[in-house]
Amino acid sequence: MTATATALAGRHLLGIADLTADEIGLILDTAEAMKEVAERPIKKVPALRGKTVINLFYEPSTRTRTSFEVAEKRLSADTLNIAVATSSVVKGETLIDTVLNLEAMHPDMIVLRHASSGAGHLLSKVCRARIINAGDGMHEHPTQALLDAFTIRERKGRLAGLKVAIIGDLLHSRVLRSNVLLLSKMGADVWACAPPTLIPRGLERLGAHVTTSVDEAVRGADVVMMLRIQLERMEGNFFPSLREYFNVFGMTPERVALAREDAIIMHPGPMNRGVEIASEVADGPRSVILDQVTNGVAVRMAVLYLLAGGGDGD
Amino acid sequence: MPVVMDGDRMARTLARMAHEIVERNRSLEDVAFVGVRTRGVPIARRLAEHVEKIAGVAAPVGILDITLYRDDLSRHAVGPQPLVRRTDIPFSIDGRRILLVDDVLYTGRTVRAALDALVDFGRPRAIQLVVLVDRGHRELPIKADYVGKNLPTAPAESVQVRLSEIDGVDEVAIEGGEAA
Amino acid sequence: MEILLTGGRLVDPANGIDGPCDLRIVDGLVAEVGEGLAARGATVREVPAGTIVCPGLIDMHVHLREPGQEHKETIASGVAAAVAGGFTAVACMPNTEPVNDHAGITQLIVARAQEAGLARVYPIGAVSRGSKGELLAELGELKAAGCVAVSDDGRPVATALLMRRALEYASVFGMPVIDHCEDPTLKGDGVAHEGFHASRLGLRGLPAAAEEIMVERDIVLAGLTGGAVHIAHMSARGSLRAVRAGKARGIRVTAEVTPHHFALTDERLEGYDTNVKMNPPLREEADRAAMVEGIADGSVDVIATDHAPHHYDEKNVEFDRAPFGIVGLETAVPLVLDRLVHPGTITLARAVELLSVNPARILGVAGGSLSAGAPADITILAPDLETTVDPARFRSKSRNTPFGGWRLKGGVAATIVGGVVKYVNPDVVGADALKW
Ligand SMILES: [Zn+2]
Ligand SMILES: [Zn+2]
Repeated sequence: MTATATALAGRHLLGIADLTADEIGLILDTAEAMKEVAERPIKKVPALRGKTVINLFYEPSTRTRTSFEVAEKRLSADTLNIAVATSSVVKGETLIDTVLNLEAMHPDMIVLRHASSGAGHLLSKVCRARIINAGDGMHEHPTQALLDAFTIRERKGRLAGLKVAIIGDLLHSRVLRSNVLLLSKMGADVWACAPPTLIPRGLERLGAHVTTSVDEAVRGADVVMMLRIQLERMEGNFFPSLREYFNVFGMTPERVALAREDAIIMHPGPMNRGVEIASEVADGPRSVILDQVTNGVAVRMAVLYLLAGGGDGD
Repeated sequence: MPVVMDGDRMARTLARMAHEIVERNRSLEDVAFVGVRTRGVPIARRLAEHVEKIAGVAAPVGILDITLYRDDLSRHAVGPQPLVRRTDIPFSIDGRRILLVDDVLYTGRTVRAALDALVDFGRPRAIQLVVLVDRGHRELPIKADYVGKNLPTAPAESVQVRLSEIDGVDEVAIEGGEAA
Repeated sequence: MEILLTGGRLVDPANGIDGPCDLRIVDGLVAEVGEGLAARGATVREVPAGTIVCPGLIDMHVHLREPGQEHKETIASGVAAAVAGGFTAVACMPNTEPVNDHAGITQLIVARAQEAGLARVYPIGAVSRGSKGELLAELGELKAAGCVAVSDDGRPVATALLMRRALEYASVFGMPVIDHCEDPTLKGDGVAHEGFHASRLGLRGLPAAAEEIMVERDIVLAGLTGGAVHIAHMSARGSLRAVRAGKARGIRVTAEVTPHHFALTDERLEGYDTNVKMNPPLREEADRAAMVEGIADGSVDVIATDHAPHHYDEKNVEFDRAPFGIVGLETAVPLVLDRLVHPGTITLARAVELLSVNPARILGVAGGSLSAGAPADITILAPDLETTVDPARFRSKSRNTPFGGWRLKGGVAATIVGGVVKYVNPDVVGADALKW
């Protein structure tokens, strides 16, 4: 381990782009210890006692918010949830004003989910609290990529050298961007696949092979990661119908058979069964989709802990 | 940087401590060792081996990582924060007598954290504290039940316990302070 | 009042002059140009050493925001910024509130500009009523009230049919149609150039093709109608290709490029600074290089700023919620000199063509040369002045620039409009002596 335990102390986590491979390794290693906490009779440690964490969610997201909240509670932090509907943003207050008001409560960290790419960058310039990006627009969702990597490493023992196929709406996906950055930094062979209408320009430069052939992406893959197809994309003519999308790009047992025999199937959720993934695949023996949820808590505990850290030895 | 305990002395010290443990705990059936990471763990294992040789009872050994129980997270802007690692106590501590093992007893804060951590795993019948070196300067009302060596030190000095399992050599040395 | 400007190097490409030359100003007009002119009772003013005397610079694309958005800029603050930036005249786009689509607004702009009494202001009228892209505005009335061109800038001329009619009809009044070219369906809700950086940052893309398609459309229609089309803020290399081809076919097409499009690329998006958000967006290096090439080889006619002031609060928001546009009046000259003239890409004479001669010709307004009888609109450039861009010193009400802190070589020594000194740069040694 070349990253010291304080490598992340006092920093923001805005994206995987800001992390080195060593720092990613540190988070994943720390998450392993955090996962053990969940197996204890008392699933709570006092590490963040006295710290205040605000979960500021401008987009509805039960899954991510709950995961952060459980992680914060297991670390004994004081948490405050602010969802868009109950806050003053509806009255037209700017993001910066909202957050400066929250800062008056002296939060140590703000977990931010926002529909605008770069919202965390904007706040990081004006906030004293550390910002953890819980998804910003189409930009990044770093803790999702970290928990995906944790899950892969748990199953495969490594990340380097694995073929990872990521299939779905690449264009609008922050999960895709964070995952490509993370997996390529860690030496995985990343394949991204979508209809050409849903492939962001220049994706190869982020570190992925790009293909429109699901078969090519899945063939020999160690990991098959499906991304959610949002139903409203049909209106933008990105593809003609959900039925056709499933027929051409959906993950079926036949397509899974092209992957390695021990391949795992992942999905960041929420899933559209019968659109991007067949139920037989989602619920099949190779699916680690529920492990992802469990690991999300451990990874978020690690991130919270490492960002808050900076103590010296006894 | 004077070595205050060499390998031979350490072996004899641990053997002596194991005898004390056996004497003080009539029945060893419900005894378990829990070593505090990092150097409390090999010491706990060695003590358990000694106890098995002396009394024929194989007491289980657990590993306790107290990092998440420390009270100094972000209290200081600089300095190393230890890596968080897994705690591994593969037995129930409920109703057991736990021998909590660490290398050096200093301010007592590590022991305080370890006690907090232990009770999150269950309700032991008793906890006894075992340390290889007590260097003084307590900041909390904590006292060891078994001490390998009392070592008066200056606050500026540091006590280094080296163990062959981790450091390739068994010794205790005093470093820093005026001597340096 | 008679002034003799002496000791300068005169760069007046319209008259083929580039060399030491004196200039006599009588009653606000250029009276005589030549070497070693005698004072004959005139007040003699020596220009600072190393400066260049040239016809007044004209920025044919600015947004002065008045009426309606005076918190961003007023005509008074806008013309103050203009003269501080070396511009003796500006042409202002009609996307005010209300839109400059009838004589009343035009007259108001003209009157406000006269009150301010700094740079000349040439209003540009709307192509369509309310710039809604439906019904033609009364172009004849706009012309009579003082408009020099028409545009729906902020938006493209909405349909091919409207563009055809506008080109046909505006030609009666000798006005070019200036088009902000982007296909609205391809543009979508994009906020940044569609390319690697926008992809990485998760910003919705504005493809270069959206601009190129409409440039092609406009050139085809200019060919069909014989009207004059001027491509505003050209940024994509495909647009340049179309303009070159159109010119080669003899079509009346001209084009402008902004300083930010020859100086910056979409790499600047990293960090989400809303002061690099403008429309058209900063494009990739191949586009930037093409714009420089077009500027050098004459395919590009004009450098114009698209000066688009926005209040700090409006820009201090999430990238996708921030308005498009940056201020440009007070950084254009240093950028042209530093990025184009000093590296040898263009000569000073070419710079004067781009910033004065051609805008005057395209808009059909006075200026662009210092012939005897022309208004004494004069910019004195200080090409070797070391400047650091300091937004706090801007005359503009707004400071939304990505160039803050840039160190550039080249600036303005003084700006003279109608024979009257309107601006003197205190940083130029000897410029104070110009005041009269
Ligand atoms: Zn425009
Ligand atoms: Zn404009």
